[in-house]
Amino acid sequence: MTTLLTLLSCFLGTLFGIACAWCRVYGSRRPRLAIGCFVEFFRNTPFIIQIFFIYFGLPSIGLKFSSFPAAIIALTINLGAYACEIIRAGIEATPRGQLEAAQSLGLDSRQIFTRVVLPPAMSRIWPGLTSQLIIIMLATAVCSLISTEELSYIANRVSAETFRQFESYIIVTTLYLLLSICFRRFLNWLGPRFIFGCSPIGTAR
Amino acid sequence: MIQFTLWDIVRNLLISIPWTLLLSAIAFLGGGAVGILLLALRLARPRAFSLPIAAYVQIFQGTPLLMQLFLVYFGLALGGIETTPMTAASICVVLYASAYLTETWRGCVESIPKGQWEASASLALTFTEQLRYVIFPQAVRLSVPPTIGLLVQIIKNTSLASVVGFVELTRSGQMIANVTFQPFLVYGLVALFYFALCFPCSLFGAWMERRLRVQH
Repeated sequence: MTTLLTLLSCFLGTLFGIACAWCRVYGSRRPRLAIGCFVEFFRNTPFIIQIFFIYFGLPSIGLKFSSFPAAIIALTINLGAYACEIIRAGIEATPRGQLEAAQSLGLDSRQIFTRVVLPPAMSRIWPGLTSQLIIIMLATAVCSLISTEELSYIANRVSAETFRQFESYIIVTTLYLLLSICFRRFLNWLGPRFIFGCSPIGTAR
Repeated sequence: MIQFTLWDIVRNLLISIPWTLLLSAIAFLGGGAVGILLLALRLARPRAFSLPIAAYVQIFQGTPLLMQLFLVYFGLALGGIETTPMTAASICVVLYASAYLTETWRGCVESIPKGQWEASASLALTFTEQLRYVIFPQAVRLSVPPTIGLLVQIIKNTSLASVVGFVELTRSGQMIANVTFQPFLVYGLVALFYFALCFPCSLFGAWMERRLRVQH
C-alpha cells in the first residue's frame, strides 16, 4: 500500500510538476503569477496541515474524499509544488543555442519542449528530484493520520492490539529504511534508462 | 454548545504559536550543535567515525519523522525514563535536524578546494586550527542559503510532534477543529499561520542566495 501510494503520487506529482514548470517558464504573466503563489504556499506549509485540510476541511464545502484519494491528492499537490521549482531550474538552464537550433529545424513549440528541452532538463535535475521523491515516500507515513491503510497505520494498529509499541514501530521503521534505500536504487536505475534516454549529457545520441 | 467567534479561534491558535517556535528553536540550535560536532568528527583523521556517522545520517534521512517520534516516545518509556511529549519531541527533532544539517554542511565543506587544506597544512596549522581559521569561514558563507531552507523544513516538521500529544499549532488546530466543527476555517487559518512563519524565512534564504552569488 505504501508502495502503491508512493508510485502513484510520484508519477502524478512529477507530471503535475512538469505542467506547472511549463506554465511558469512559458506561460503568460497571469498563470505564471498564480502558479508562483500556489508553489510558495504549498512549499511553506506543513504537509500534515495540507492533508488535514483536504480530508477534514474540504468536505464542509461539499468536496468529500475517502482517505485514499485524499492522500493521493495531497501527495500529488505537495510533490507538484516542489517538483515545479526543481524542474523549472532544469528548464531554465537550457542553453539558448539549443532552442534556436530546434526552431531553425522547424519544430513547433510543443515538439521543442518535449523533445529538446525536457529530456536534458530532467537528466540535469534527476538527483534533486530523486531526493524529493524519497521525501514524498517518507511523507506517506503521515497519511496514516487520516487512516489510509499503509505501513505506519498498520504499525499503529499492531501496537494498539499487542501493547508492544516499541517493537512494532522499530520493525516498521526498519522497513521504511529498506524501502527508501531500494527506492533510491530503483530511481537511479530508472532515470537514465527511461526518462531521459540512454546517454549522459554531453555525449552524442 | 458554546459558540466560537472567529476571534476566539484565532486567539487560541495564536497562543500555541510560541510552542511551535520554541520547538523549532530547540531543534535548530540543538541540531546545529550536534551537527557541527558530527561534522568535525567526520572530517577528523583517522576516518574511523566517518562510516558510523554516514549510517546515522542514512537512518534519519531514510525513515519517516513520524516513526522516529513514535520510537523515541515509546522507546524512552520502555527504558523506564519518564517522558513528557515535550522532551520526546525535542530529542527527536534535534536528532532529525542534526542528521540533515550535518549532511548539508559536509557538502559545503567538501566543496572547498583541496588546495586550501593542503596550503593550511603546509603552514603547520593543526587540524582544529585548519577548521577554525581556514575551512569553516569559507564553508559558512556557502552554507547560509541551504541552512535557511532546512530551517523552514524544521518549522514545518515540528507539526508532526502533534502526534505524540505535544500541543503546538497543529495540535491546537486539531482540537479547535474538533470542538467548533469548522475544519475548513481552522485548518485554513493554521496553514496561513505556518505560511506567515515560513515564507519570510524562505524569502530571506532566496535573498541571501542571490547576494552570495553576486560576490563570486
